[in-house]
This record gives sequence, C-alpha cells and structure tokens, in this order.
Amino acid sequence: MNNLLIWPIAVPLFSALLALLWIRRSTWIGVFGTALSLLVVLLVGRQVVESGPIELALGGWTPGLGIALRADGLSLLMLLMSSLVSMAVAVYASVYFSKAERRGEFWVLWLLLITALHALFLSGDLFNLYVTLELLGLSAVVLACLGGSRESLQAALRYLVMGLLGSMAFLIGVALIYAGYGTLDMAALADAIEAGPAAWLALSLMTGGLLIKSALFPLHFWLPPAHANAPAPVSAVLSALVVKAALYLILRLWLSLFDGVVTQAAAVILGLLGAVAVVWGSWAALQAERLKLMAAYSTVAQLGYLFLFLPLLTALPEGAARDVALGALVLLALTHGFAKSAFFLAAGVIMQRAGHDRIAELGGTARALPVTAFTLALAGVALIGLPPSGSFLAKWHLLSSAFITGQYVWLPVIAVGTLLAGAYIFRLLGYAFAPGEGVGPSLSAGREEIPAVLLALIATLLLGFWASAVWELLPISAYVGGGA
Amino acid sequence: MTMSVWLPVGILLSSFIPGVLIFFQPEERHRLRTWLNLLGALVKLLLVGVLIWGVFHEQVFETRWTMAPGLEFVLHADALSVLFVSLSTLLWLVTTIYAIGYLERTPHRSRFFGFFSLCVTATVGLALAGNLFTFVVFYELLTLATYPLIAHKGSPEALRGARIYLRYTLFGGLLLMIGAVWLHTLTGGVEFVEGGILDQYTNLDQSTLRWIFLLLIVGLGVKAALVPLHGWLPQAMVAPAPVSALLHAVAVVKAGAFGIVRVIYDVYGVEFAAELGVLTLLGAVASITIIYGSLKALSQDHLKKRLAYSTVSQVSYIVLGTAILGPLATIGGLVHLVHQGVMKITLFFAAGNYAEALGIHRISEMDGVGRRMPGTTLAFSIGALGMIGIPPVAGFISKWYLGLGAVEAGAAAWVVPVLIASSLLNAAYFLPILYRAWFKSPSRPWPADRTAGCARELPDPLLWPPVTTAALALLIGLFAAAPYSPLEWAELIAGREYRQ
Repeated sequence: MNNLLIWPIAVPLFSALLALLWIRRSTWIGVFGTALSLLVVLLVGRQVVESGPIELALGGWTPGLGIALRADGLSLLMLLMSSLVSMAVAVYASVYFSKAERRGEFWVLWLLLITALHALFLSGDLFNLYVTLELLGLSAVVLACLGGSRESLQAALRYLVMGLLGSMAFLIGVALIYAGYGTLDMAALADAIEAGPAAWLALSLMTGGLLIKSALFPLHFWLPPAHANAPAPVSAVLSALVVKAALYLILRLWLSLFDGVVTQAAAVILGLLGAVAVVWGSWAALQAERLKLMAAYSTVAQLGYLFLFLPLLTALPEGAARDVALGALVLLALTHGFAKSAFFLAAGVIMQRAGHDRIAELGGTARALPVTAFTLALAGVALIGLPPSGSFLAKWHLLSSAFITGQYVWLPVIAVGTLLAGAYIFRLLGYAFAPGEGVGPSLSAGREEIPAVLLALIATLLLGFWASAVWELLPISAYVGGGA
Repeated sequence: MTMSVWLPVGILLSSFIPGVLIFFQPEERHRLRTWLNLLGALVKLLLVGVLIWGVFHEQVFETRWTMAPGLEFVLHADALSVLFVSLSTLLWLVTTIYAIGYLERTPHRSRFFGFFSLCVTATVGLALAGNLFTFVVFYELLTLATYPLIAHKGSPEALRGARIYLRYTLFGGLLLMIGAVWLHTLTGGVEFVEGGILDQYTNLDQSTLRWIFLLLIVGLGVKAALVPLHGWLPQAMVAPAPVSALLHAVAVVKAGAFGIVRVIYDVYGVEFAAELGVLTLLGAVASITIIYGSLKALSQDHLKKRLAYSTVSQVSYIVLGTAILGPLATIGGLVHLVHQGVMKITLFFAAGNYAEALGIHRISEMDGVGRRMPGTTLAFSIGALGMIGIPPVAGFISKWYLGLGAVEAGAAAWVVPVLIASSLLNAAYFLPILYRAWFKSPSRPWPADRTAGCARELPDPLLWPPVTTAALALLIGLFAAAPYSPLEWAELIAGREYRQ
C-alpha cells in the first residue's frame, strides 16, 4: 500500500491536465480535484498515524539511485494544513472567479500549485525539492498577476526575480552537497553530513535561498506588494501556504540534515532577524491603510515569530523540552496558515462588496456582512495570540523556552509584537464594527462567507483545544538524524 | 462519578450556549431571546445550587483536558470558586432582567446579549479555573467579551472608552501571562491548592519569586483597578448601565481582585507570601488605592463617575484583606467580594434608572428625586449606607472583620486609620447625594422627563432589580450568621486556607 504516497501529487496534477483540456468545466474540475486531493491526504494521514512513516521509492529504484517520497508526522501536518486550506479557498474561488474571463487559467495554475506543495512536503530528495520549489514559485507568480492591474504585475515581476534568486542559491547548495557526498537522498545525508567548510557553505546557500522565499526581514520587501495586490484567493494561499513551504524546508535542513553543522551563533542571527521582522512587520501593519496590505505585513511579522524559535531550538538539549518547542513552532505555523487564509478571504468578500479595502472607510461592515466581520474577529484573535487559539499555546511555549534557555532577550520582542498585533487588529475591528455605510447592503452569505469562517474556527478553536495532536504526530519521523 | 466531571462544564455551557444561539437571532425576536437568556440563567442557578451543596460536603468536582504538553485546561470547584460562582450567577440573573428592560427598543440587542452571556461565561470560568494556565485563558477571554459591551453604543466616546480599556487590559493580560509562564517553567505546573504550593519548592530563588509576584499582581491589578493602573475604569462608564453594573460588581474588577486572592492564597500561600515580604507592599498599594479612589470620588459631579471611583476604592478592601496575614482579615476581604458586588450593582442600577426615567446624569440634578422615584432612591440609599459601613447593611460586616483582622495581625496602627478615613470619605461623597435626593425640593425641571404621567415610577424590569439587590444587601448583613450566608462561607474558606 505504499503506492498511496503518489496520489496526493498525482490527483491534483491530473486534474490540472484535465482542466487544461476541458477549460469550460474548469471550475468544477478545480473544486473536485482539490476535494479529491484532500481525501487522499486524509488516507495518507490515516496510514501514517496507524503504522508510522511511509516511504515510496519511485519506479522501484532504491533511494540514492532513484527518488524517494516520504511521509512522516511533520510532512503530514503540513499536508493537512495545505489541503484543508486549499479546499476552503477553492470553494471561495469558485464564487470569486465565477464571472472572470481568466478562470480557466486560474484553475489550471491552482491545481499545479497544489501539486507542487504536496510534492514538496513529500519529497525525500534534495534535487526533487529544488524542482518542486521552482514549480511552486512559478505557479505562485503567475497566479499573483492574474489580477491584471499595473501594481500587481510590477509586484509579481519582483516576486519572480526574488524567487528565482532564491531557487538558484538553493540549487548551488544542492550541487555542493552532491559534490561532497555523492547522494541527494535526505535520509542518507542525515547520517553522512559532518561539520566542515563545504557543509557550511552548502547550508548557508540553501538557507539563504529559502530565507528569500520565506520573506525573513530584510528579504521581505517583495512580499507585501505581491500578497496585497493578488486576487483574494491567491493572497490567501500565498500568505498561508507558499511561504510556509520554505519554512518547512528550513526546518528539515536545520533539524534533520545539518543538525551537527548548525551553530548557535547562526541560529541567533536568524532569531535576531526574526525579532526585527516581528516588531517592524507589526508596526507596518498598524500603519497600513488598506486591509490586504495590513494582512500582508502581518504575515511578515508572524514569520518572524517562527524564526525566533530557531535559537531556542538549537540551545535546548535533545529531549522533551526541545520536542515541546518544536511542536509549538509547527502549531504556530499551522494556526497562522488557517487564520491568515481566513483573513484574506474575509478581506476579499469585503473588497468585492465595497469595491475598496480602505480600513478607515469600513464602517457598517458588521451590519452588512456579520459573518465576515465575525471571521475577521476570530482570525484576529489567532493572529494576536489570544486564547483559545493555537497561537496562544504556541506563544506560551515560546515564552517558556525563552525562560528555560535563559534567552530573556526575546521576551520584550514577543511582548511588543503581541501588543502591536492587538493594536492593528482592534483598530480594524473598531472601524468594522462602527456604524456607517462603507459597505453596501448584504445580499447573500454562503459559499463566499462560510469557507473563511470555518478556517478561522479551525485556527481559534480546533487548534486550541485539540492542539496536542500536533505533539503526538511530530515524533513520527522518517529521518533518524534529528527530532523531526 | 460522571457528574463530578460534567457539573463544572455544565455551569460554563449554561451561559455559553445561550450566548452563541443569541448571536444568530434576528433583532426582532425579542421573546425568544428573553427566554434563552432567562432559561440559561435559571439552569446555571440550579447547577450552582448543586455545586454549593457538593462543595460544602467536600465532594470533588473536576474536569481536565490536555491542550498541549504540560498545559492542562482544568475546571475545579473549591470553596473559593463557589463564592465567586454564586455571586456571578445570581447577579447575572438580576442584571439580565434589568438589561432586557433597559435596552428595550435599542439596536443591536442580539449582539449585546450574546457578548453579555460570553462575559458571564468567562467570569464563571475564572472562578472555576483550577490552575494558573486556565485562569490566564479565561482572563483574556473576559477582555475579549467585555470590549464589545463597552463599545456597544458605537459613539466616539464609547469607542474611546473601549480603546482605553483594551490598552490597559491587553497590557495587563500580557504581564500576567509572562509571570504565569515563568512560574510554570520553574515548577512544571501551577495548580491552585488551598494553602498554596510554593513553600514546598525550597530550591527556588526568593527574589525570582518576588519578581514573578510583581508580574502577576500588576497583571491582575489592571483589572482590579489598583492605583496607578485604574485609569480605564472611569472611562469605561460610558457603557450602558447594565454593563457598568456587571463590570463593577462581578465581571472585570472582581476578576482582578479574585485573581489576587487566588495567587496569594492558593499559589504562594499567604504565610509564604508574608515571609517573602511582598504582602506589605501590596497592603500599602491597596491602602493608597482606597484613599485615592475616595478622594477622587468626592470631586465628581457625574453620578456614574463618582460611583466608578468609589469602585476603585472599594475593591481594594478585598485586596487589603488579602494582604493582611490572619484568618479574620481573610474573612473580611473575601466577604467583601460578595458584599461590594451586591451593593455596587444596586447603585449602578439606580443610576441607570435616574438616567432612563428623568435624564439625570449629574448629582447636581438630583434635588428632590426621592419623592419622584421613591423605590429607586430607597434602593440607592441602602446601597450607599452599606458602602459607608453603617450597620446592619452588609458593608458593615466587611469593615468590622477587616478591622478585627488588622488588630489580630498587629497592623492596626496603619489599617484602622485607613478604614476610618475611608469611611469618613465614603460618608462625605454619599451622604450629600442622599440629602439632595430626600430633603431638597426640585429646583428646576428634570433634564429629560420620560415617565411624566405614568402611574408608577418605572416598568417592573427596571424597578425590581435594584430593589431586590438592595434587600439582599440588607439581608446578608442582618443574617450574616445564618448557614450558607456569604460570611459563613468566607469563614469556611478561611478555615480551609489556614488549616496547615
């Protein structure tokens, strides 16, 4: 039954081809393709939970010679997040693009994006990862310029250039590894890699490339315009999933592959950049005049939190405390994925109804679109990190790890970031719940508004009260080298 | 024993479920909303009755749910929780009736009553929280549930008041969380245990524990409105009268005071806290707050603002009682948790009635109001006399035990003057109101007379809540020695806290 692993990649890929061939029915193919992908991910999930990590050697060639797909706890969590978020976004997009001329192109690219994401989370081979990273970046760029406006094209071009730079750096790193160790299989490399100049250079290049893609300060500048100017469903997956893919790779590299090479100093540098991202991103979000731009800057800040974990993870000795911190990191990434996609979808509903997303003119939103206003509030709770959301638990353990390792320097960063997040979310809610006529009268709720509120509920309730599942899944590891 | 697991959850759900359902009700379904509200309140009252009986007979009620490694969501009912749960449940019922009458024909009632129920759910959750983590969860949820209530009117002043409230409480919540996390990493989990747990960790650095205490108390002090963290409270009185009533009597300020009681008695242990030397500082802050609040109240002409500063002062009696080592002071502080709630809610109901019936917002407009609105003014007078501490109203009992406790602990030299000064100040800012209301005759027409020509002073849902709570304030003072009275219950708690 190991062939199961091929389906999360094959289903969206074949759906993409089908959508291309039968462009008049692309909406249906897109939604059903996404639903079917979710279904096979759930099947993979059941098997991983029941019988541990799965490995599939493609074409029967043993890894090292051939290419391996692997699913373990970490990849399963990322797969679940991406397929659930894309399911909800697909339902929303079927309304959003229902009258658009270019909906055929959207659905083909959409399914390719899912293919790339799923392949990336399942790849057990560095070159394969490069290929999926490139496919992901390209489909994301084309999706981002579907809006067709001048700004979105400019932003997408910048996104493309930065993405290519990132992939190139990653590819050079991969080449160095192949030259040094003669294999690209990650499980084999996890045992083989030793500290040394070559490993160091490879790690730096690969990490550098991924930092561009995950928009860590000061390499974030491409993100806010690209995410804010894309069509709402695209913004949702860009902010929630695509940046997380790069982060996932950084985790794999740092914790499984290069765990003997990584030094505390390097981790602290990334942590410091993360700290600047938290404060600067939140501040910029507070100053933003447009809802989607605010959400995009908030993504910069939230990614910063994830990098705060790195110096703590490397400082903690292997064992319970480190597993707890790693789980908190993953939980924060998941919560942000669900909350931010909900946020962007809600912003999309408002933008279509009101024709603009200027925050100061959003009075009356709560009366015209109560479900959407409620979604913004729920997602906002998760973005600030208030209970009962998953990010509250994650932040608790982030603070806790800072106390355990004695790295008190991160405490004020977390505190300031939280207060600033509270400020920008409640500034928005203040306008949205104020009386006014900024948004037209309500016409319908349903396929547009429901997916977003479900995503927000997952972030604030499910990932809060059932968060321990994250810590139960993570120890199911396919790589011997590290905790993940 | 499934019942012992489900009872705490049921008490939470009995206001949570009606709250969620009410959000989905269209504005005009007045009757259904009323039924949902009252049904929830009555079910809660019933469940709390079972809880009181069980806790009195030393039954254990506990629910546990692991949210993350090391972080357990625990609902646990001990004698102290019961005190606060009963107060919130009873006053919620009364306030709901009042709010239904008060908000008749105003917009956004579904939203209001939805958040109102969530606010009570959070308060009851605070009371039942069995460890510090769960307490922090509900402390933040309370902030989230009350913000929309303060901002309810949507006017610029309401939004400004709500914004100020949010700034203070998010900051306070953050400090509380940091303190809780720090303590958590040192001890591996902080359950609330009668008599405290920290004295068992002899290896912990005492100055670290003092810093954590500071973080926790400052975080809680924001909601308890300790000077200088009280700035939000007078601003928050822009909220509708039922919200002010609930905020000042049970929900927010009490949550802070209750948290301080929890931290001192059930985390640090009052004797250990005294050993650390942190109680003296807290007692000093409480005394300053008592005097400062009363002084500020003197100079307010706006009735609700005067009441708000009076709350600042009165809530610190609870903190003062907690900061003095000894069972009698403990009883005084704990019993005031209930007494202040019952008396202050009466005063705010009455203030709401004056504004609703005659448009009176200022004390200078109250001349002769006693003859026009005798029921409301009688209730107001009982509440005010209780606040001053005149027997047999409940407030006297609190002050009596606080004074006795101070003598017992040898702190009479500074506590008794504080009590006397504050009582004199209370008299100075309440008695002139009573004089104006009863003995002066109206010097000018009422600002906005809405009940001219009506047979009675007010509709029933507005008149009866203050009269009921005023009668209650009188009764729990008169029958303080009866079984299940707040005083008896406070003695039970004190007995359990000092058993060691």
